[in-house]
Amino acid sequence: MDQEQTVTGKSIFRIDGPPKVRGEAKYAAEYNIPDLLHAYVVTASIAKGRILSIDLAAARRFTGVVEILCHKNRPWFWPVSFLYKDTAGPPGKPFMPLYDDRVYFSGQPVALVIAESLEAARDAAALVDVMYETEQHTTDLAASTAFKPRKHRIGVAPVPHPTGDADRAFAVAPVKIESTYTTSPENHHPMELFATTVQWGDKVVTVYDKTQSPKSVELFLKVAFRLIRRKVRVVSSYVGGAFGLGLRPQQSVFLAVMAAKALKRSVRLVLPRDHMFALGYRANATQTVSLAADKKGRLQAIRHRAVAATSQFEDAQDPMLLFSASIYRCDNIKLTYELAKLDTVSPCDMRAPGAATGMFALESAMDELAYALDIDPLALRLANYTERDQSENRPFSSKALRECYAQGSGRFGWGKRSHAPRSMREDKELIGWGMATGAWEAAMSPAPARAEVRLRGDGKFEVTSSITDIGTGTYTILSQIAADALETTMDRIVVRLGDSALPFNPIQGGSWTAATSGAAVQSACRKLKSTIRSRAKQAGVLERRQGAELLSASALVDLLKLQRGGKLSATATKFSLPFGKNFSSATHAAVFAEVRVDEELSVVRVTRIVCAVAAGRILNPNTARSQIIGATVMGIGKALHEDAAYDHNLGRCMAHSFGDYHIPSNADVYDIDVVFVDEADAQVSPLGVKGLGEIGVVAVAPAIANAIFHATGQRMRDLPITIDRLARARSGAS
Amino acid sequence: MKRFTYVRAVSIDQAIESLSVHPDAKLLAGGTNLVDLMKYDVSTPTTIIDINDLPLREISETADGGLRIGALVTNSEVAVHPSVARHYPLLASAIFAGASAQLRNAATVAGNLMQRTRCSYFYDVLTPCNKRAPGSGCPARTGLNRNHAILGASQLCVATHPSDMCVALAAIGATIIVQGPKGVRSIPLADFHRLPGDAPEKDTTLLVDEVILGIVLPPVLEHHRYSYLKIRDRLSYAFAIVSAAVLLTINDEAAISTAQIALGGVAHKPWRNTAAEALLIGRPASRVNFDQFASMLLSGSVALSENDFKIDLAHRTVVRALEQAASRTPQSQSDKRVH
Ligand SMILES: Cc1cc2nc3c(=O)[nH]c(=O)nc-3n(C[C@H](O)[C@H](O)[C@H](O)COP(=O)(O)OP(=O)(O)OC[C@H]3O[C@@H](n4cnc5c(N)ncnc54)[C@H](O)[C@@H]3O)c2cc1C
Ligand code: SF4
Repeated sequence: MDQEQTVTGKSIFRIDGPPKVRGEAKYAAEYNIPDLLHAYVVTASIAKGRILSIDLAAARRFTGVVEILCHKNRPWFWPVSFLYKDTAGPPGKPFMPLYDDRVYFSGQPVALVIAESLEAARDAAALVDVMYETEQHTTDLAASTAFKPRKHRIGVAPVPHPTGDADRAFAVAPVKIESTYTTSPENHHPMELFATTVQWGDKVVTVYDKTQSPKSVELFLKVAFRLIRRKVRVVSSYVGGAFGLGLRPQQSVFLAVMAAKALKRSVRLVLPRDHMFALGYRANATQTVSLAADKKGRLQAIRHRAVAATSQFEDAQDPMLLFSASIYRCDNIKLTYELAKLDTVSPCDMRAPGAATGMFALESAMDELAYALDIDPLALRLANYTERDQSENRPFSSKALRECYAQGSGRFGWGKRSHAPRSMREDKELIGWGMATGAWEAAMSPAPARAEVRLRGDGKFEVTSSITDIGTGTYTILSQIAADALETTMDRIVVRLGDSALPFNPIQGGSWTAATSGAAVQSACRKLKSTIRSRAKQAGVLERRQGAELLSASALVDLLKLQRGGKLSATATKFSLPFGKNFSSATHAAVFAEVRVDEELSVVRVTRIVCAVAAGRILNPNTARSQIIGATVMGIGKALHEDAAYDHNLGRCMAHSFGDYHIPSNADVYDIDVVFVDEADAQVSPLGVKGLGEIGVVAVAPAIANAIFHATGQRMRDLPITIDRLARARSGAS
Repeated sequence: MKRFTYVRAVSIDQAIESLSVHPDAKLLAGGTNLVDLMKYDVSTPTTIIDINDLPLREISETADGGLRIGALVTNSEVAVHPSVARHYPLLASAIFAGASAQLRNAATVAGNLMQRTRCSYFYDVLTPCNKRAPGSGCPARTGLNRNHAILGASQLCVATHPSDMCVALAAIGATIIVQGPKGVRSIPLADFHRLPGDAPEKDTTLLVDEVILGIVLPPVLEHHRYSYLKIRDRLSYAFAIVSAAVLLTINDEAAISTAQIALGGVAHKPWRNTAAEALLIGRPASRVNFDQFASMLLSGSVALSENDFKIDLAHRTVVRALEQAASRTPQSQSDKRVH
């Protein structure tokens, strides 16, 4: 079929929009089940120590309370932590809520109140009196000792080996910089609260859960709670954002199923916003980057050392240094990735995990180097452009980063920039223009993704896959892909997702859903199409004119009736082989930011952002653009606002709501201009798709920090760049 | 949330009586602060007296040319009222600088006066806090205090009053009208909020059995200039780090003839220094004079471990607000550019 007639690649509005607006799209907390009980978590106030006693008497007397579980009376579950491993978990012992009397982090669940109503559970929870024996805790990254993780996390590429001799090259290079950067712990905070509704049954346990992987939650629950004789079905038809926090089975599903199993009743647990701060966070990190160049700006040495936060019980790891080895041409590279243990929950993947933090440091350092060299920051990037992935010594399947630079800078008007800091001003505001490069892995999932397509009795095609749509537009793009593969229109396609009873798909993460699940859908649909074609030929009903549909709905229904078993369907499985590839793949972006800084008052406005993205084929510019805009706003938050606000004396995160965990408000978001650069890539995935979930956030924070430097002459190396930090930098300079 | 009895007051007298009978009762106005505090178990009244039926929703002119605003008038209604917009634009501007449209539509004048600090320990019952649980300690002193007080704090509490509206009212010199079992009395705004001292649990001088009836604004200052400038951690929907409310009149000789200036976000109450204001009178509206004034206004300020920057920022903010007022270019609350 010729490109013009396909819906793939067109700006289609989300097909899940209307049901969401009408309230028909159900989220995990919205399933009403007869005789439902409600649970509420009692959390620890200390960061480290032991529970000496839990007084449940007053809470038990509270009207409506059915049961209160704590480590002393919880139902049996396996005492060996490896059984709680999940596919996205790092090395270590996964946290098991209510396991024993140990407290590992402030906010940790220590009891679960189950009652006839949410209000009763919540109000009784406040009456649970816990006594602790406290131990010395550390939540301050600077006060914790760094170490190299002994075991690598599966799925996270190990830090590339050193190449050349970075120390020597750095020592002898004519121009060099070395700086240390810090980032704060950030929380994901999808709008939808983490919630689980468990429908307990003798044969089937249905778990409505907020997750990015119904399948891994199903497997996890079956093992952890020995639900061997029951069928476990995990449903996540709609997920109101997750950003990585739903990649692992969360405390909410663990506790809700534990309660349901203990009581043999249906139970719902909705975590309030406050409790979501203790589910996971983007690891804060301290990073030192040393860059050296020759006089022309060609990189001679890259050294990048990162120390990232982790918990006491797991060695959380993410690809913080991945692109430091591959984004610029350089022969001498030395990367060091270390962890430091804190008395917090384990950090977990958050949109562009690692890369967003690592690239903040690297891209800030590149800007520093550009100024040390006195050359334009974009020119420095171009001078070190590489067509090959030097860390793997192989070509890229495609790399249109150069076009991102060209189109992004063109739209932004970068050419009109005056190089010197503090040289642009309007009225009382200093104006700064900064840029940064972004990259993220483009890959298909290494775990297989399956899809099924079935011709229904009403002549529509039903596409099913266990993959979730976390708000990214998966329903819509899979419908587009299916419609094209079946040579029909989107209204003849019905997509059902987010259900572990549907064909297996891995976690929705890593930006690989569109490429992998999309390819499986396409392949299944193509198979079904050829089956239909041959069966129709046999039956003599194939009526095919150029440009017309494969078969009319009524002809299809007739054909279906002729089939033995009344069934016409096809399945397909897609995944990427983890080895033997002779190319690397990545998405790239160039972000250009304008800030206006009232220097006297340290007030920053990010008035303009241009984000040029090369991500292979764009399936739906509409949903794609939304992804990038959302990620850009998240990047503004990372740059200027987000911080979990730890009180290190108490070892406690003191942000409890959106009132004190600031994300950008509408007023903080001015123009965001998204450009998708053409990038054809036949190798990366069957659809030519690279994925868009993460790339948008990577380069935003460094572009803003660099713009602030250009505006004020102050190099802001600590995120978020708040008023106090700007004010101190200014007064330190004057 | 603790269970409570709900009473809907039909008269002011009844509300006062209920308060006298139930000393731990709370009046419910817009509920935007009280209900949150109850949800977090910070406030645990056993009785809620809903006053929304009381006849306290009027805005009327007073005999001397001032304005009386009923306790239950919403923040939005105050801000858009023609008399306020025309004669007290500083008040309207301060209200627009606060919260969000939805909150301003629900929040009332009395509730805004009575709103409690935003110190994060105060809101978290699993931490100590002298204001919430007297005698338990003040973790902010050695912990997170970047947005805490630089003026008038005590050993026991370093919290700030979070209101924007009250900063404008302080500059305007409003009076609070309250009624208790012994009758009606008026409290100048300057005496309404208190410093924490050795009783940080007490925010105001209102007695437990008193109801706020409304506020009275003094007669309009003819030809005054004004600005409300709020500096915060994002461009909207955040409490002030510092804010300044400025009312100035400048005579034909270009000298300052009246000056009323209040600072927000710096202390347990809106901060004014009338002695410093007096020094501005008769002087030209110049940067030098504004600087001197700001130094005097902030004299005695003390930094905590994280909020040293606030002293300088407060200085700069008040100077800028004075300049904005003097040049008749008050800060816009919709265009976030500070000029
Ligand atoms: C997310 C958020 C952001 C906010 N941002 C800002 C901001 O930027 N700037 C700002 O200034 N404010 C801000 N606020 C606070 C807001 O202004 C207050 O919550 C509001 O003014 C309280 O008014 P209310 O009528 O809802 O009071 P309520 O919550 O009903 O009551 C508050 C207190 O006042 C008492 N009270 C009420 N009426 C009377 C009366 N007649 N007599 C005696 N006592 C009475 C109540 O008993 C209670 O103790 C914000 C609030 C929220 C939730
Ligand atoms: S500053 Fe005041 S409100 Fe905050 S913790 Fe200390 S005593 Fe409590």
